Amino acid sequence: MSQPSTGYTVAFAAGVCLVASVFVSGAAVSLKPMQEANKVLDRQKKVLVVAGLMEEGESITPDEIQKRFDDNIAARLVSLETGMVVESAENGQSAADYDQRKATKDPALSVEAPDNKAKVARKANIATVYCVKKANACDQHILPIEGKGLWSTLYGFLSVDSDANTIRGITFYEHAETPGLGGEIDNPGWKAKWVGRKVYDDKGHVAIHVKKGAAGDVKSDPYAVDGLSGATLTSNGVTYSVDFWLGEEGFETYLNNVKSGKVKG
Amino acid sequence: MSATPGGLSKAQREALVDPLFNNNPIALQVLGICSALAVTTKMETAVVMSIALTVVLVGSNVVISLLRNYIPASIRIVVQLTVIASLVILTDQVLKAFVFDVSKQLSVFVGLIITNCIVMGRAEAYAMANGPFESMLDGIGNGLGYSLILIIVAFFRELLGGGKLFGIQLLPLVTEGGWYNPNGLMVLAPGAFFLIGCFIWALRAWKPDQIEAE
Repeated sequence: MSQPSTGYTVAFAAGVCLVASVFVSGAAVSLKPMQEANKVLDRQKKVLVVAGLMEEGESITPDEIQKRFDDNIAARLVSLETGMVVESAENGQSAADYDQRKATKDPALSVEAPDNKAKVARKANIATVYCVKKANACDQHILPIEGKGLWSTLYGFLSVDSDANTIRGITFYEHAETPGLGGEIDNPGWKAKWVGRKVYDDKGHVAIHVKKGAAGDVKSDPYAVDGLSGATLTSNGVTYSVDFWLGEEGFETYLNNVKSGKVKG
Repeated sequence: MSATPGGLSKAQREALVDPLFNNNPIALQVLGICSALAVTTKMETAVVMSIALTVVLVGSNVVISLLRNYIPASIRIVVQLTVIASLVILTDQVLKAFVFDVSKQLSVFVGLIITNCIVMGRAEAYAMANGPFESMLDGIGNGLGYSLILIIVAFFRELLGGGKLFGIQLLPLVTEGGWYNPNGLMVLAPGAFFLIGCFIWALRAWKPDQIEAE
């Protein structure tokens, strides 16, 4: 092949890039609304799963998910500092509209987190807690958690019983850990091992952790969960995340208020 | 190499069928192993990944074949990668919009089609030298060759590793009161290595000419 001129080569490269970028950005923009809707739906689904209102992998229509969510779950806004329920967020949004993850990125609505092992850089002042309603009371408190795994930030929910200590479920709705290794945090069998374990020890410290190897049953080993083999760093990430979000930087004050009755239901 | 009205010419048929057994991209060329290990724990992800790769492969082969006489030789790899990367992003976006759950399970591996050696290998080795129609057939053939292995591996991994196929429980597990004790090795990456190894062994026993000279 004869060597084409430099001008031709540059023009060709530019042309290819232009056409490619039009296609890529066109697709990204036109498909965005559907992707966003999918994400919201997925988050609602995860809340239902962690609350035990839906089976993992159960195939139900988006309308049904919406209905079950509306019938059983009430979102509330919680100030992380005071641990009290607030009516509206600092930007005036109600619990239905507020987006904690967006707020985390907004300097006006969030603060820098102190150095922590979960590598949480910023945290929103106000968090969205989902309440599972039962006889007009809050039967489970579904708390959002996040923290760094091996490759990615893990975003998930932890459900705590109305006794403010017993774990009712855990789930992660977004992460990019290695499928088959760290990705096993999505494994229903592993998630089921969390149910019934206790968060705080007798002294009130966060004691729940993912240990290396197998943990005992709920009675004999209430603060430990089996480690994921081949995924020590992801397992540690889960421990650190749970530790951070249930500790004093996270929802400890709120859960104490639930226990003492300062927060109703 | 022109298409005959009644069907495909011999060369075109070879481009389509050869990659299935005679020149399988995974079993003989040993390309694309990484994703073959990662996405084959379940049939569902394997099937979606197979479709995604085949679509990208056909698309990139056709586009690069159309451009083959215009691409300056000095930047041909860059151009190939640009075309492939754009197609992969497009595919990823479509998957996220229409099959969100599966795309979450596939996570990074759809994006990693960009680096899948099969796609670039075919672009460089075939599409740069052949017409768009033959390149399309070659893309379909190699896509199917890859899919064939993925689906066979996923079939055994999901069945032996979890007693399921497409998420439906076929073998009742011991933990749920049944009789089947799942093979944990199958769920981990080495399980796929063993299966691919066995497949290559079987293929070479059937077609001894694939055995490399010592």
